[in-house]
Amino acid sequence: MKFQILRFDPDVDQKPYFKEYDIALEPSDRMLLDALIRIKSIDDTLALRRSCREGVCGSDAMNINGKNGLACITKVSELKEPVVLKPLPGLPIIRDLIVDMTQFFQQYHSITPFVINNDPAPEKERLQSPQDRLELDGLYECILCACCSTSCPSFWWNPDKFVGPAGLLAAYRFIADTRDQATNDRLDNLEDPYRLFRCHTIMNCVDVCPKGLNPSLAIGKIKEMMVKRAV
Amino acid sequence: MASVSSLPVRKFDAVVVGAGGSGLRAALQLSTAGLTVAVLSKVFPTRSHTVAAQGGVGASLGNMGEDNWHWHMYDTVKGSDWLGDQDAIEFMCKAAPEAVIELEHFGMPFDRNDNGTIYQRPFGGHSQNFGEKPVQRSCCAADRTGHAMLHTLYQRNVFANTQFFVEWMALDLIRDAAGDVVGVTALEMETGEAMIFHAKATLFATGGAGRIYASSTNAFINTGDGLGMAARAGIPLEDMEFWQFHPTGVAGAGVLITEGVRGEGGILLNKDGERFMERYAPTMKDLASRDVVSRAMATEIKDGRGAGPNKDYILLKLDHLGPDVINKRLPGIREIALKFGNVDCTKEPIPVVPTCHYQMGGIPTNYLAEVVIPQNGNPNTVVPGFYAAGEVGCASIHGANRLGTNSLTDLLVMGKSAGDSMIKFIRENNTHKPLPAGAGDVSMARIAKLDAKTGGESVHAVGDAMRQTMQAHCGVFRFPDMLEKGVTKIKQVAERAEHLQIKDKSKVFNTARIEALELQNLIEVAVATMVSAEARKETRGAHDRADFHDRPGFVNGRDDDNWLKHTLWYKEGNKLDYKPVNLKPLTVDSFAPKARTY
Repeated sequence: MKFQILRFDPDVDQKPYFKEYDIALEPSDRMLLDALIRIKSIDDTLALRRSCREGVCGSDAMNINGKNGLACITKVSELKEPVVLKPLPGLPIIRDLIVDMTQFFQQYHSITPFVINNDPAPEKERLQSPQDRLELDGLYECILCACCSTSCPSFWWNPDKFVGPAGLLAAYRFIADTRDQATNDRLDNLEDPYRLFRCHTIMNCVDVCPKGLNPSLAIGKIKEMMVKRAV
Repeated sequence: MASVSSLPVRKFDAVVVGAGGSGLRAALQLSTAGLTVAVLSKVFPTRSHTVAAQGGVGASLGNMGEDNWHWHMYDTVKGSDWLGDQDAIEFMCKAAPEAVIELEHFGMPFDRNDNGTIYQRPFGGHSQNFGEKPVQRSCCAADRTGHAMLHTLYQRNVFANTQFFVEWMALDLIRDAAGDVVGVTALEMETGEAMIFHAKATLFATGGAGRIYASSTNAFINTGDGLGMAARAGIPLEDMEFWQFHPTGVAGAGVLITEGVRGEGGILLNKDGERFMERYAPTMKDLASRDVVSRAMATEIKDGRGAGPNKDYILLKLDHLGPDVINKRLPGIREIALKFGNVDCTKEPIPVVPTCHYQMGGIPTNYLAEVVIPQNGNPNTVVPGFYAAGEVGCASIHGANRLGTNSLTDLLVMGKSAGDSMIKFIRENNTHKPLPAGAGDVSMARIAKLDAKTGGESVHAVGDAMRQTMQAHCGVFRFPDMLEKGVTKIKQVAERAEHLQIKDKSKVFNTARIEALELQNLIEVAVATMVSAEARKETRGAHDRADFHDRPGFVNGRDDDNWLKHTLWYKEGNKLDYKPVNLKPLTVDSFAPKARTY
């Protein structure tokens, strides 16, 4: 199978370049990550992140034939050759397929990503109805792989100012939690020309999310709450 | 005076190595107490392997019916095949409800009952009234409990301002002349620079080493780094022969399918469509403990009743639960079955095989998470400044076999216990013990050797040899001749690992170097496992020896007279030592060893 992989090692390379690989895969190499590990067994200089190999840790996000996705749950049989692999777009490359995710996590941290409840903790659990708990479905499952934010043109232009789809999905996850008491502060935190409103509903985030989540919908709900609050 | 080290040094009150569940839980305790903490992790915290836990965390909340910690304790002791230390087991089971409630207060998105309480599902080996019938004890967030838990713990650490060193790999433990632990050396992956983290107290929360096997549910990062570092520093490893083979890994892929599937009503079938667990475990059936179910599955396959063209897997049927239950309670499983098993589990069964999943053994500790070693006649002498929690620690709560859900319970309770113990120790010993001369030299020599080596062994090839050797010689069923040969073979592989060569010489994010360093840790674990397994002449829990099956006078193949004891393996000379099991709980009566049936 043929691959073109963007390579860059700042120790030796002036600029990134594509390296071609033509490798024989074994029948057990079913996912793109299996193929990359096969390549790495031949050329150990190829650098990538990977861990759980089942789509739940979010390490091996990359740009696969022009679309962001996780290598470990992308079937090689479904890929057009040559398979073109690039690091996630819009973030600085550290090396090969590894990007610097500092800005991505700064945005995540900026939305106060924890439940805020200032009541004294009860002896037992805080009660939550199944219906209220259902509100968190489609939000809490985010794996912070950054496929969405790095496919979003608004995030490419303003990664320092626009929270991005992953961060906004997380913001709504806490707003939607009946145990959280900081909705107003959370809306204040996003009421800004950039932080929330740079989302122009391009929907790339929805298209690429490997977990099938819908940041766009969550962003819409936050905007709705802003409007309601204003009137 | 000669310089202590050529490496830069940073000082913290506490260093936590590993940012999975137990590391994060401990860090939270330490940060909240106002101490300076450095948490080192090879990956961004939410990528740690706790994220892959699925079915739930065990705690006797009693939300679904009567339950109490004493029943949980009995189940855990019995599950451990009496190799668990009953003081540690009592400690965990008693603390579990509070640990879960705390997590809920931190924001964990647990599933809920109509009355708003946390939903709990049945799980293997968990029973009501000392084995009478299954109980609903597993607190869960669909089949993504580990993910929900790890993210919640990370979020809470963001709240507590914990300082993380992300993508740093710890290299070696630093002990002074007295043997006390004063920190670690670590490598920053992005820059390739090493540093000394000088600490008053050091916690290993480095997880397991399931990657010693070819077929494993474990993440690539589960390379036993803590075990390797401890072993190199002269600390023995306890009970390393006990590895849990999870009954349901996706055949061919190894990816985990939670026991929660059976908790929700899924059943295992052989090629004849027979629910064979009824024969092996008449009361608990498919919800017997994991060693029992895995052994039954392997027996079915061995006796020609496996399913599929090669009769080499078992079928996990859950379509009868209906799409509503599957989508609500097991959505992640549906995704995994589709992606890795190529089946729609709402319509057809999932092909599964027993797959290496969890290491019951580890660095010996007490229930306070203090590392303990034999010294001056006391088998449990505390190593000042050194702690271990989570899968890398061996308190021993799980003994010869861990119950499902107890890994998450363990990492919460022991992580917190480690944090509390460290706070106490730091307050009582509030100065840094000096670093020994040449601290860091060992680590630098290891790296220099890798960088200089030409014409050596490839990391990939040696790793493969290790994984195949472990799989073939030390799996679900163990045979005396295979174990003996396995010891010879794994020592040969270890010798090859002395000569690893990497082609990548870059300083920047050199993953080839990281993988070589990881393999050096894995090899220690593999040798410890094989040597300990060969030596233990009985069948107990997950250690199943074909030559010690159902002998007259021995219950379940166990030999309590000679082998009701913990193994301690030392790297130096592959020496084995043993210490007694603590059968005495903290407050209640001891559960005496007896026959184990489900």
